[in-house]
Amino acid sequence: MQSKMKEPDPILEVENLSASTDNLPILKGVSLTVYPGEIHAIMGRNGCGKSTLSKIIAGHPSYNITNGDIKFLGENINSLEPEERSQSGIFLGFQYPIEIPGVSNLEFLRVSTNARRKFLNKEELDTFDFEELVKEKLEIVKMDPAFLSRSVNQGFSGGEKKRNEILQMALLEPKIAILDETDSGLDIDALRIVASGIKKISNPQTGIILITHYQRLLDEIKPNYVHVMSDGQIIKTGESDLALELEEKGYEWTDNFIKET
Amino acid sequence: MVNENLVKDAVKEPYKYGFVTDIETEKIEKGLNEDIIKLISQKKEEPNFLLDFRLKAFKKWQKMKEPDWASLGYKKIDYQDIIYYSAPKQKEKISSLDEVDPKLLETFDKLGIPLTEQKKLTNVAVDAVFDSVSIATTFREELADHGVIFCSISEAVKNHADLIEKYLGTVVPASDNYFAALNSAVFSDGSFVYIPKGVTCPMDLSSYFRINSGDSGQFERTLIIAEESSSVSYLEGCTAPMFDTNTLHAAVVELIALDDASIKYSTVQNWYAGDEEGIGGIFNFVTKRGKCLGKRSKISWSQVETGSAITWKYPSCLLLGEESVGEFYSVALTNNLQQADTGTKMIHIGPKTKSTIVSKGISAGNSKNSYRGLVKMGTKATGSRNYSQCDSMLIGDQASANTFPYIKSQQPNSEIEHEASTCRISEDQLFYLQSRGIEFEEAVSMMVSGFCRDVFNQLPMEFAAEADKLLALKLEGSVG
Repeated sequence: MQSKMKEPDPILEVENLSASTDNLPILKGVSLTVYPGEIHAIMGRNGCGKSTLSKIIAGHPSYNITNGDIKFLGENINSLEPEERSQSGIFLGFQYPIEIPGVSNLEFLRVSTNARRKFLNKEELDTFDFEELVKEKLEIVKMDPAFLSRSVNQGFSGGEKKRNEILQMALLEPKIAILDETDSGLDIDALRIVASGIKKISNPQTGIILITHYQRLLDEIKPNYVHVMSDGQIIKTGESDLALELEEKGYEWTDNFIKET
Repeated sequence: MVNENLVKDAVKEPYKYGFVTDIETEKIEKGLNEDIIKLISQKKEEPNFLLDFRLKAFKKWQKMKEPDWASLGYKKIDYQDIIYYSAPKQKEKISSLDEVDPKLLETFDKLGIPLTEQKKLTNVAVDAVFDSVSIATTFREELADHGVIFCSISEAVKNHADLIEKYLGTVVPASDNYFAALNSAVFSDGSFVYIPKGVTCPMDLSSYFRINSGDSGQFERTLIIAEESSSVSYLEGCTAPMFDTNTLHAAVVELIALDDASIKYSTVQNWYAGDEEGIGGIFNFVTKRGKCLGKRSKISWSQVETGSAITWKYPSCLLLGEESVGEFYSVALTNNLQQADTGTKMIHIGPKTKSTIVSKGISAGNSKNSYRGLVKMGTKATGSRNYSQCDSMLIGDQASANTFPYIKSQQPNSEIEHEASTCRISEDQLFYLQSRGIEFEEAVSMMVSGFCRDVFNQLPMEFAAEADKLLALKLEGSVG
């Protein structure tokens, strides 16, 4: 038996994934594997397909997978509904969190948390127990409890919306979190709070994918791998210093890289 | 989750009140003429003034034309093909609920309205109306102790003829409109409420209307009188079996509030709406109006309209008394081929009168949902104010929503405010909720109840929960 030496199973495997929307190809063969405890950063210009990749992993209905597979904990999830993916432990932090007028943030968080707990065979929480749990988690993102009684994201500032996303991540305790430009629209202080929140929530059993344009988030959360995307493909993968190089040389450098290949 | 099961049950049983009670009924022959009206009046052993009232109304009705201004699409109604009186056969005189036909009690049990002494709802008094007659009223003695009269209108005609003669037709005159005239001629039963001076009604009062027979119309009449400084909260629920023919329901509701009195009237209307192809369903053509006669009196309408093939009604307030208040809170949901043309009229006559209108229309499927409302400031309505808010929510891309606000002001020293909005449940919103583990149907119902919250907050507690569930069931399968 070599159990000691055995590699852990991957959390997420994206295999040669191609996808389109309205017959327009967006992803053109993306492969990516995330193991427990790993932090991956995906960088690239606007429109390179990085947000699309995150939405497809979360199950957005507007995109069709034309080729390839997405596996989560070894199971193919290509045809799972978005809610099933969330319940089983996939979390997408939205670049632009959606406002939902009339729906109380607290109730939304509770229903969402209970859906995940139900999947995990944990007891569902009533309003009182949930309020205790949520107060504890609010600490992580230093959020004012007043936000709980408002409608979901309605009238929240950009930074408040992002904190609300990380609060949801803290409540759902996902196996993998894909954070789509969580750093955009944040001032330096808010960025630190959000980054430290992400670090507190992650652990050696979870995986994180950070989608970002900027180095500054990666200064706070050091990735194990950096992938550069262009035109629906991952064109280069490296370690954390790749992000620095990219910051220095700009995306034009990657254009040259494409020409070379 | 509880909600999930509800939705699943709903798939199996699209309209769970659609059953027919097999019971021996006494029906009169189809058709409408003076003899039929005399027969109805005779069956109900009515005094002469009421027979006169009916016959005069009938004469007026014959001269009137069925209105078509709302551009609702429906096949012409053959008024000679309707049965105007249908009643379950019962013993002549019933002295207690125990003597009510068990089949009838069972019917109301199934509808969630238990009537027997052991099972009756503890905090609400119920008047149960089955086709053309009231079969039982609970808590009568307890209410009588407070001087509150709550009984069927037929009984009120016998026992409180003076009140009926004084008030019937004073808010909605027989000549008011085509369907009110028809109702005045043939009304069969309904509820009567009288709250004496200074009394706060000790419990909510409720009428439950059940249409059972497929070929008879339902023409109920409700009259509520709140004397000086009294108050009452009244709830109304309605269901009907599924038939592939249309049934006409033309009710009249009259409310009268004297000085400092307040009446809150809530409706959850869930008549059978017809099937997905629009076959069958109730034509719900109703005239509801309240008169704020007294100073500082208040009438508040709240309605959740989810059923009926066609809903055509405008619960209104005549604000006569100085500083009187009128309110209208409405949720109207249409799905499949349902049509709704509903709203209110706030007629400001007295000075310093106030009115609030909050209307939420939700249209799904191929349905048509219109808000139509009139706010009128009369010459004497100085210092009066109105605030109106009309929001529409569209689900899918085949449904339509319209808003027709009419404003007439003859008083420069008055204020009228109107806000309106239209929204659509977006794919992005649904995806956001789903991506947080919330099932599709639940996501829709969360958003719909969020949209309706301002109105649900106005409903009595038990009703609000009911209304929420009802909307979720109605929308089952309507999205995506």
